[in-house]
Amino acid sequence: MARLSLDNPRDVRLLDKGLSVGEALAAFSATYERAGAIASFLGKTRDDGGTQALELTHYEPLTLPGMERLADEARARFALDGVLVWHRVGVMTPPQPIVLVAAAAPHRRAAFDAVDFLMDHLKSASWLWKREKRGGEWRWIEPRADDHDALARWKAD
Amino acid sequence: MIRLVYLGKLADLAMNDTAEVAGPLDWNSLLAAVPEAVAAQLGEERVHIAVNGAVLTDRCSLTAQDGDEIALLPPVSGG
Repeated sequence: MARLSLDNPRDVRLLDKGLSVGEALAAFSATYERAGAIASFLGKTRDDGGTQALELTHYEPLTLPGMERLADEARARFALDGVLVWHRVGVMTPPQPIVLVAAAAPHRRAAFDAVDFLMDHLKSASWLWKREKRGGEWRWIEPRADDHDALARWKAD
Repeated sequence: MIRLVYLGKLADLAMNDTAEVAGPLDWNSLLAAVPEAVAAQLGEERVHIAVNGAVLTDRCSLTAQDGDEIALLPPVSGG
């Protein structure tokens, strides 16, 4: 049995230290043991040879409450048993995890879609600011156009 | 005093994460109270303003008193 205990039906966290993916997913699976489908997404600090570090900044009064609302939106929109949304803040180096999202559902389609929906919103509509260090210089990152396009496709229906 | 919180690149431009300014403040007095480099960024519609954790739908309607916290929020980039 997993020792980690998760909030049911949603567990939303901002983590300022390492994120243990195996432990989280084992606990998630144990929490929703009757679910027929579990989908998850892990976002990592990309090792493209040039990125030395990433730093994510958050704003306490907005960031976590916004992620909790997003998790509730996913639960309202898809037929889910539960969700997990964990995001790192602070300084990360390749290949450390940045974000872990998981959805448990009776059937796979809802689980896949919920994870996709959560990631598209976390990327360009959550209160997080990212900068990266390349060649010893820190540079702030703005969302890319395709991140906004990814978000827009959820608004059409 | 009103506490200003600079997020993202605005903290670099302000050369500080936070600042204290005398209240009350409205939109125009906020523009005058922040460093010039920050005021230039606030000209962009994409910079949002939150007062005590509530994001304003119309930034020009800003009113803040002593004890309030104003956050200056540039475009986000998570994930």
